[in-house]
Amino acid sequence: MPETTDITLSAHHLTRRYGNALAVADLDLELKRGEVLGLLGPNGAGKSTTMQMLTGNLAPSSGSVRICDIDLLERPKLAKAKIGYLPETPPLYRELTVDEFLTFCGRLHRVPRDELPQAVKQTKARCGLNDMGRRLIAHLSKGYQQRVGIAQAILHRPDVVILDEPTVGLDPNQIREIRALIRELGGSHSVILSTHILPEVEAICDRVQIMHRGKIVFADSIDGLRRTRQMESLVVGFMRPPTLEALTAIPGVKDAQAMVNNLIRVVCHPDANPAEAITRTAAENNWGLTQLSPERTSLEDVFAQLTRQEDVA
Amino acid sequence: MIAVIAWKEFRSLFASPLAWVILAIMQVILAWVFLYQLSGYMDNLPRIQQLANPPGITEIVSSAVFGFAAILLLMAVPLLTMRLFSEERRNQTLTLLLSAPISNLEIVLGKFVGLMLFLALALGLVLLMSASLALGGPIDWGLIGANSLGLLLLLGAFAALGLFISSLTQHAVIAAFASFGALLLLWILNGMTQDPNHPLVYLSLMKHFEGFNRGLIDTADVAYLLLFAATFLILTMRQLDAKRLQG
Repeated sequence: MPETTDITLSAHHLTRRYGNALAVADLDLELKRGEVLGLLGPNGAGKSTTMQMLTGNLAPSSGSVRICDIDLLERPKLAKAKIGYLPETPPLYRELTVDEFLTFCGRLHRVPRDELPQAVKQTKARCGLNDMGRRLIAHLSKGYQQRVGIAQAILHRPDVVILDEPTVGLDPNQIREIRALIRELGGSHSVILSTHILPEVEAICDRVQIMHRGKIVFADSIDGLRRTRQMESLVVGFMRPPTLEALTAIPGVKDAQAMVNNLIRVVCHPDANPAEAITRTAAENNWGLTQLSPERTSLEDVFAQLTRQEDVA
Repeated sequence: MIAVIAWKEFRSLFASPLAWVILAIMQVILAWVFLYQLSGYMDNLPRIQQLANPPGITEIVSSAVFGFAAILLLMAVPLLTMRLFSEERRNQTLTLLLSAPISNLEIVLGKFVGLMLFLALALGLVLLMSASLALGGPIDWGLIGANSLGLLLLLGAFAALGLFISSLTQHAVIAAFASFGALLLLWILNGMTQDPNHPLVYLSLMKHFEGFNRGLIDTADVAYLLLFAATFLILTMRQLDAKRLQG
């Protein structure tokens, strides 16, 4: 397959209304090959609606979706062949066995007949379903059902895999396994993943977009996020606190703010780490340094900030 | 692709006891009708033979069995169609089909064909029962053929209507009862008027089956039943699309 572009999925100005309520507003999204994108947001932010639109289950009120440069709305059959989708509730036919179900899915996605048994076998191995082939889906535990759901989404080797809250309801071990699987998927497919579990995003995604009330309120790479949150500020405490001006005079320090309990927040210049300088100056001036710790803005802080500010307003 | 979905539907039907129960109960009731008609024919044989133009055994036994089968299936088909879309929507498995690279036409026809395979099986049992009369003497194959064709077309109409109503609601029981009500109403529509040329009579499903039941294949009846099925299949497709547009 000639790869004309590295962008596997792009959505522009995606909007969806339910009556007067705006579920998703003017959303832009782009996904490169081999990338894992985390879509974060509080419940009801429009994540699932977005995913339904990206997979052609729901028609957008306006906007466009292109999968590997094929317009989803104009040529749905071609575009859908390149998507694997795991909705919030895994779409499983409980009366079928795992093998029967996966074979049915393979046929639906036009996996060639002679390759199908091999594809089913490989996918089962990838999802840890090796011994489950002949079990009825109805008899599987929730964790295994979830895996069958994921298996169904990747069986036909789609370019884009869209997973809506893939780790919900799993035990911690299963969560780790599923995360490892998603990470591995990111190598060969592009993955969009929605969740409201923040560490999950940090653990497996390359990029994160936070949605709130149908809008993207934050978009950055995980690395970028890490950079911004590392050493942005320090929290220091002294037995005999100096004036704030004295602290600001230390090289690398941009600003100093008094906090509760005699603690002081020291905002650093970007790319500077004044920790050592502060320790030295404190010792020289006998300030009695008691505490010095980096103040991290965690993804949780970013998330809370972005998704709460509007509620207050 | 239609065959893939049809085959899956057909197998899923047999995974639940419902299909077996329906087939079994139908068979018991029809066998009773069959034997009742047969013994009635045997008992009255001397008198029947004195008539100027005596009815044959096929006419008395098979036509009754087919007529009864039509009414039984009118009750059974809604139970079979109710799950096709309602349950899929309720269990949210419809997403699997909607996300796959297949058109709504293929989804609807797949489900329809799958159900028709099952109904053809039920029809086969009725047919075999009538054919068993051939063990005792010559029978009117033409009459049985007309009845079979009529019943098959009628079942297509039942199934299409049931499928459409199933696509309207998430509740299987509502779908079943609504389909049953609609079919029954269409069945008895001709009873509402005495005038045989009234448009209501023309709409009645029973009226269009009666000809087949007497051994008469009328193209108007064939066309009516085919159009009836096609109309509701198209409406089902539109309904699926409407869900995509409206959510």
